[in-house]
Amino acid sequence: MVKYILKRVLRASVTLLIIITILFSLLRLMPIEGYFENFDKVSSTEIQVKLNSLGLNDPLPKQLARFYGQLLHGDLGTSNIYRRGVSINTIIAEKIPISVKFGLISFALSLVMGLALGVWMAYSTRTRFRIGDKLGTVLIVVVQAVPSAVYHIVIQFMGSQYGGMPMLFAEDNPASYILPVLSLSIGSTAYYAMWLRRYMVDEANKDYVMLARAKGVSSGAISRRHVFRNAMVPLVQYIPGSILSTLMGSLYVESLYSIPGMGGLLVTAIKRQDNTLVQALVLIYAVVSILGLLFGDILMAVVDPRISLTKREGAR
Amino acid sequence: MGLFHKTADALGDKLNEKLAWDLDEAAVMADDAVAFSLAGFRPEDAERGGYSNYSYWRATLRAFFRNKTAVFFLALMGVTLLFTFIQPLLPNQKDPLLVHYGEWGLPLNNVPPNDEFWFGTNSIGQDLWSRIWAGTRTSLFIGFSVAVVEAVVGILAGVLWGYVRKLDFFFTELYNVLDNIPQTLLLILISYIMKPGVDTIIFALSLTGWLGMARFIRNQIIIIRDRDYNLASRCLGVPTGRIIFRNLLPYLVSVITMRMALAIPNAIGSEVFVTYIGIGLPVSIPSLGNLIQTGRSLMQMAVLRYQLIFPVAVLAVITISFYIIGNSFADAADPKNHVN
Repeated sequence: MVKYILKRVLRASVTLLIIITILFSLLRLMPIEGYFENFDKVSSTEIQVKLNSLGLNDPLPKQLARFYGQLLHGDLGTSNIYRRGVSINTIIAEKIPISVKFGLISFALSLVMGLALGVWMAYSTRTRFRIGDKLGTVLIVVVQAVPSAVYHIVIQFMGSQYGGMPMLFAEDNPASYILPVLSLSIGSTAYYAMWLRRYMVDEANKDYVMLARAKGVSSGAISRRHVFRNAMVPLVQYIPGSILSTLMGSLYVESLYSIPGMGGLLVTAIKRQDNTLVQALVLIYAVVSILGLLFGDILMAVVDPRISLTKREGAR
Repeated sequence: MGLFHKTADALGDKLNEKLAWDLDEAAVMADDAVAFSLAGFRPEDAERGGYSNYSYWRATLRAFFRNKTAVFFLALMGVTLLFTFIQPLLPNQKDPLLVHYGEWGLPLNNVPPNDEFWFGTNSIGQDLWSRIWAGTRTSLFIGFSVAVVEAVVGILAGVLWGYVRKLDFFFTELYNVLDNIPQTLLLILISYIMKPGVDTIIFALSLTGWLGMARFIRNQIIIIRDRDYNLASRCLGVPTGRIIFRNLLPYLVSVITMRMALAIPNAIGSEVFVTYIGIGLPVSIPSLGNLIQTGRSLMQMAVLRYQLIFPVAVLAVITISFYIIGNSFADAADPKNHVN
């Protein structure tokens, strides 16, 4: 167990190192306009002076080394355009709580709704008309097939037009939380429901379930104690990732409802071409997703002792 | 399997009939010393047992066309695709980039749908009907290109990864690194660095799109690589290329087509996404992404809402059709579902 976790952590840190290096090198290709507040008015000497002071004319390995040095000191640089001269740490510290608040509410909601829907669908495959299964499948197909841009817009439109909900987010208005949370949770609800149903149906067809049934264990107890618990193992892997990714917020939903969070920040940074901000956010994004995968694998090994790195190596 | 059973049953019935008849005759000829007569050799009887008219593609198509929902969406998509390509050739179509002016020399902007402009005009007076179809063409082109790249690169890498043992380590490590980069992030980054355009989006989506396909093919190939029939082929000296193309890949055809079909709506969705965050296609290249984006900004005005509804409807029809057709075809292509 400890050996597995150590191996996994080591592997993740190597991956992280490689990815940060790749991303940093790619980001050197960014247009240099993004380092100046008003690029058109700056003379070419001033540009060179600024680039030199930022160290952008140094060779790539040197820049990389300095960047890692700053990173280890927790310094992500300062914003050039979005809020000039303000350190990115300050900006992010204001934004993260908002995104996390939205993210955690909708994560909890989608977990509860998704698991309930999944269990209901799996249960309904054994009933005569399979109504629950059919209804759930329609929801899943719609959510999967319609691009998220479209259903976010539809939810915002319907909710504000016919539901009387406020169209944009307002800090002090609790009703304005409803639509964004709904938008954020509907995708993962369908996702959890789809996989839980799949795994539960697979699990319910296994021999040990048949044995339990033959012994006379009630079907409620079989579902709760055997089928559901085993079916949850593969899903558990995604939970840490989902929680961690609330740090980054959602690109779509936050800018749709003008929520001042992290996702909206990345969109703004790109639109205003603030290079240092884009770079910092992109790196946080990468770190968050890799840590999410790492914690997911560890949690899965904790939940299910049969899993080991050697076994999973080929499959991942 | 089912088909085989049916043939076997039919054969059994015939045999029973013949036996009964033989027995009757034997009863008539009770005097005969032998109750059972020698049947003799008949070539047509001998051949009948081993014959089955099973054809993989015919059975696949039959299974597919039995699914009424899928057929409906296939027809819907066929009509949409056909119309997308013949629309510019029809009479009285307008240029998607042409700005229309009224009699006073003012642009006819935000005209609601009428006889002249079927879907109305946008905020600078361009015809929305022709813009939507031009946009659909752009989006479909992106989708198909990404799907083709994904299939070609994915199959090639997957086959090498699965079949050549020496490359396994290299590809596994490459996969572990690339798969950890979120695709949205790469998409954003590449669109930000490179000039916005159709080729940028295709490039960004193709960069990691093949990973899923390659991994799936690799896993399947490892499973079936050493089955007896492949071992037999190898022992008989069949060249590796032939084993791959004749023994391994046909086995995977259903999943490859499904992944391609799903890659198309996915790519279209990604194009909408990058345009939405402001680094997608410029307005001079109409696409479903920038049509939806402009429509969205006008959503608050009830009169102008048609500018959002029409492109969203077209997008929804295309993506749902591809999704359902892809899934049904994968089900139909699985020989396990060919049982009647």
